[in-house]
Amino acid sequence: MHKLKPITPLGADTARVDQIGTLTITEVVDQALASVSAREGQLDAVQKALPLALPGIGKTATQGDFTAFWTGPDQWMFSADHNQHELLAAELKQMLGDTASVVEQTDGWCRFDVSGTALCDQFERLSNVPVRTMSSGDVIRGTVEHLGAFLWRLGDDRMAVVGPRSSAASLHHALVAAARSVA
Amino acid sequence: MTQANRLSGGLIDRSATLNFSFDGKNYQGHAGDTLASALLANGVRLMGRSFKYHRPRGVLTAGSEEPNALVELRSGGRQEPNTRATVAEIYDGFVANSQNRWPSLERDFMAINDRFSNFLSAGFYYKTFMWPRAFWEKLYEPIIRKAAGLGSLTGEGDPDAYDKGFLHCDLLVIGAGPAGLAAALTAGRVGAQVILADEDFRLGGRLLADTGSLSDQSGAEWVEQAQAELASLPNVRVMPRTTVFGAYDHGVYGAVERNADHLIAPESDKPRQTLWRIYSKRALVATGAIERPIGFENNDRPGVMLAGATRAYANRFAATPAQSVVVFANNDDAHKTARDLIAKGVEVPAVVDIRPDAPAIDGTEVLAGAQIVDTKGRLGLTSVTVRLANGQTRVIPCGALAMSGGWNPNLGLTCHQRGRPVWNEDIHAFVPGQGLPSGQSVAGAAMGEMSTHAALTGGAAKAVEALSDLGIEAKVGDLPNAEDAPVSLTPFWHVAGAKRAWLDFQNDVTVKDVKLAHQENFTSVEHLKRYTTLGMATDQGKTSNVGALAVMAELTGKSIPDTGTTIFRPPYTPVSMGALAGRAVGKEFHPTRLTPSHTWAEEQGAVFVEVGNWLRAQWFPKAGETHWRQSVDREVLATRNSVGICDVTTLGKIDVQGADAAEFLNKIYANGFAKLPVGKVRYGLMLREDGVAYDDGTAARLAEDHFVVTTTTANAVVVYRNMEFARQCLWPDLDVQLISTTEAWAQYAVAGPNARKLLRKIVDPEFDITNEAFPFMACGEITVCGGCRARLFRISFSGELAYEIAVPTRYGDALMREMMAAGAEFDVTPYGTEALGVMRIEKGHAAGNELNGTTTALNLGLGRMVSTKKECIGNVLSRRDGMNAEGALNLVGLRPVDASKSVPAGGHLMATTGPVNAAHDQGYVTSAAYSPILESSIGLGFVKSGFERMGEQLRLVNPLEDKEILVEIVSPHFVDPEGEKLRA
Repeated sequence: MHKLKPITPLGADTARVDQIGTLTITEVVDQALASVSAREGQLDAVQKALPLALPGIGKTATQGDFTAFWTGPDQWMFSADHNQHELLAAELKQMLGDTASVVEQTDGWCRFDVSGTALCDQFERLSNVPVRTMSSGDVIRGTVEHLGAFLWRLGDDRMAVVGPRSSAASLHHALVAAARSVA
Repeated sequence: MTQANRLSGGLIDRSATLNFSFDGKNYQGHAGDTLASALLANGVRLMGRSFKYHRPRGVLTAGSEEPNALVELRSGGRQEPNTRATVAEIYDGFVANSQNRWPSLERDFMAINDRFSNFLSAGFYYKTFMWPRAFWEKLYEPIIRKAAGLGSLTGEGDPDAYDKGFLHCDLLVIGAGPAGLAAALTAGRVGAQVILADEDFRLGGRLLADTGSLSDQSGAEWVEQAQAELASLPNVRVMPRTTVFGAYDHGVYGAVERNADHLIAPESDKPRQTLWRIYSKRALVATGAIERPIGFENNDRPGVMLAGATRAYANRFAATPAQSVVVFANNDDAHKTARDLIAKGVEVPAVVDIRPDAPAIDGTEVLAGAQIVDTKGRLGLTSVTVRLANGQTRVIPCGALAMSGGWNPNLGLTCHQRGRPVWNEDIHAFVPGQGLPSGQSVAGAAMGEMSTHAALTGGAAKAVEALSDLGIEAKVGDLPNAEDAPVSLTPFWHVAGAKRAWLDFQNDVTVKDVKLAHQENFTSVEHLKRYTTLGMATDQGKTSNVGALAVMAELTGKSIPDTGTTIFRPPYTPVSMGALAGRAVGKEFHPTRLTPSHTWAEEQGAVFVEVGNWLRAQWFPKAGETHWRQSVDREVLATRNSVGICDVTTLGKIDVQGADAAEFLNKIYANGFAKLPVGKVRYGLMLREDGVAYDDGTAARLAEDHFVVTTTTANAVVVYRNMEFARQCLWPDLDVQLISTTEAWAQYAVAGPNARKLLRKIVDPEFDITNEAFPFMACGEITVCGGCRARLFRISFSGELAYEIAVPTRYGDALMREMMAAGAEFDVTPYGTEALGVMRIEKGHAAGNELNGTTTALNLGLGRMVSTKKECIGNVLSRRDGMNAEGALNLVGLRPVDASKSVPAGGHLMATTGPVNAAHDQGYVTSAAYSPILESSIGLGFVKSGFERMGEQLRLVNPLEDKEILVEIVSPHFVDPEGEKLRA
């Protein structure tokens, strides 16, 4: 085990949790991310090599330790528990070989999970994504307060926001301000 | 003060008595009152002064179209000027003041303007203040602005929060009168996603103002029932206090919801207003109609109001402007006002109807074929003078006059994308024509369907039609029976011979002004508007435009439709700046990006600089340093003498993979990349299609099919976007995959003669980083600090022995702390962007100042990098003759002949003698710094044929500051020109 101590996207030792009215905003730091892009003409081989059925446009799929959501034509973002799969990109590359390009994305992003009944009231103040018509498992890339972000509907009252890590503080501020606005 | 003009009935809550003040006087009103209705109930007719002539003015309307009764609400940071008293809901503790008067509303010194009205006609400013020219800015404009104006700002910051948001719906219904409510019910009942927005705080529109019944219910009762049903439908969102102010492309509408304007202050953290962007699949404009005034002499006195508004005050707000009200009209609708006032016990001495066949009314005298020719009353109406059908005149004492020239469909939102209304002869008004915004339809009075019955059926039918387009089946359900009287109106715009007959009350534009515009040939509608200021300011001519058009039509002998219409543009009513800004205020104006070492840098007391959205450490002051130069000089010297560390995470990092990755980069960069060995980095230059250089950086080959491209901080997004375009559109057959990893890796430059020694203590021992094993421009994937995955690049921006080391961002903070601890024995020094800049200037490396969008590889001294043996973006056009002409600018170093002088960036270079002007320009300085190594100011710049002019002296001039120094052209590589240090 190396001696470099990680910090969270918000710059602390532990993940932050905010409770605002009925809404809970949780900084998620336990997920590894890796992008998978099928190489030219290799889509079938990629699908064959992976343990889950690759999701279609705007959707997610989960199998065992792995979850994937669609990010573009023949492109997906995989996530898995960071403790178990810190080297997720390497693991996927092992499975995929030259059929796909795999890139570690874990620290390219920050993630906040928001839960509570006022979820949609909050998010319609943050993003042009039509949150009220999103179903569980839908992922839409849009903007949140000028930041490109994925909105990932985890359930009726739960949404994950995956945004740029360097702007985690701005994204968090936006989430908190909107939560207070509707709390 | 008693509410002497409070009537019985109405839709106010008499159980809730509210205290409020106007111009420092205390009054009482009730919940459901607007400021206008409460003041009228308290016997106050005088509410403002006019814009130009400072004429006493009262309320004209009962809605957002109000031109006269503009007030300042609240105080301090919450003071809001130019608010219409007709839409301001009162609450307990409400404070309002009149504006544009001094010293008081009753005695306004500037009312003298009215005496000189003959000299202040339309075009007065343009003709009078022409000369002397210099006087305009310093004298005329300040005086005019002070004399003619509206409300004022306190200059204090607004303490309230504003919000913004996004809504989506199948059908947006704008306006909750009979048409809008019928449409919302029709659509809501079949499950469509519906938004019903109304600017009023109470739904119902004219149903609240009129006494007609809907089947066996009053209008208000039916509205209440409809509202209850809508509230029970989860697919319907009802938004009162929400003004849809603009129709934009693709069914997008802008709306402002006033969340807390009706409260003394917003709750903590809650917004005062919310700006909504509504994405509608279909939109129905059901915005009703606006009554138009009649022009006659002195028709602007307090107490002269529109008939429909007078009726609204009586029926909805239980208030009357006076106990004696005359009606003046050209239509049947205004007769309702007389009947309703009489029913409420208000005396109506006469109804003056221009129509000879005007119907009779019980309880009052109808003066058929008569006209009002003048009024009296300095601060409020005391009498009207009527010219009877037989030519005789009669003076009728009264406290108010309810006038009506007919109704105009309120069609502003239908014109926001240049839709032109068309004239409807049946109702003598413009109705929406062709060119409606995509997905928009119109119903009710806004469409010219003037009866309640027509509005209800029109609204429901248009909803069915709109939903049908979306594949949603709906039908017109049971609608209540309602009045269905045809419009009975004889067009009448102004009394013949009237001069000071106001058309535009807000801008003080009279019939006489329109005549003057005509006389001076400003007959086009657009010219008329600009010459007279008609239709400008906060009300945008809602009550005046058509009347002025009619006058112009008479003068030109054309019909009204041939005279034209003005174009309506967003916003429909004023939108506060706070709402437009939303939460993006102060330091939240834009998102901020923080580097992985930000917390650590803060602990060191770093001074930060904004670089795009990034905050980067600019320098790290130490105790005793009183000037930034001391810190920067120290950082440069420490780095050049031992070792320094700089966070360079902000540089763009693009991961490029695929079987054709090398070929792809060969096309993106001007120089060759196909043969770059694995484990090596190469400097690369990117050109625009026109051959101009636009970004530089490095590409590291981590595997045969894997590169990491770095870009400048400023162009990280641009380069990535251009590469995606090239991948997807230019060469879709290449097997290449791209993704940004800028944020994923914390990257630090470790530079200086002791850089390797420091890193040796960080990099795990199994990795050989000796000069032999890891030479200049080597790269590799390594581990650090006992196994943390990392990347090491031996590249140098400073010109020193240098590396860039990267770890996953979460470990970046820890790596910085580890390196600082490991480097203590070498006095390791963190350095910021200033020292970075100084060192790159000393080394002669180009940066954004040199890659300024006009320079080519040739200018930069990199001409040989542009390959002629391959296809790449920009290389063909870089060979154009003009870009390779004799005497081209070359990047050179500049050093002052007198070392005590400083080189100013931006200065231009001239020959040592001769004129200083553009014709003799020899070049310019792009970057300048003080070099602590050379103990001199130095610069980089472009000089004509500079490469051939080494040693030549030039004058560096800065005519703006009247400065001039002598500089010598030198190599741009001030430090280590042979590159021995970086290869050591």
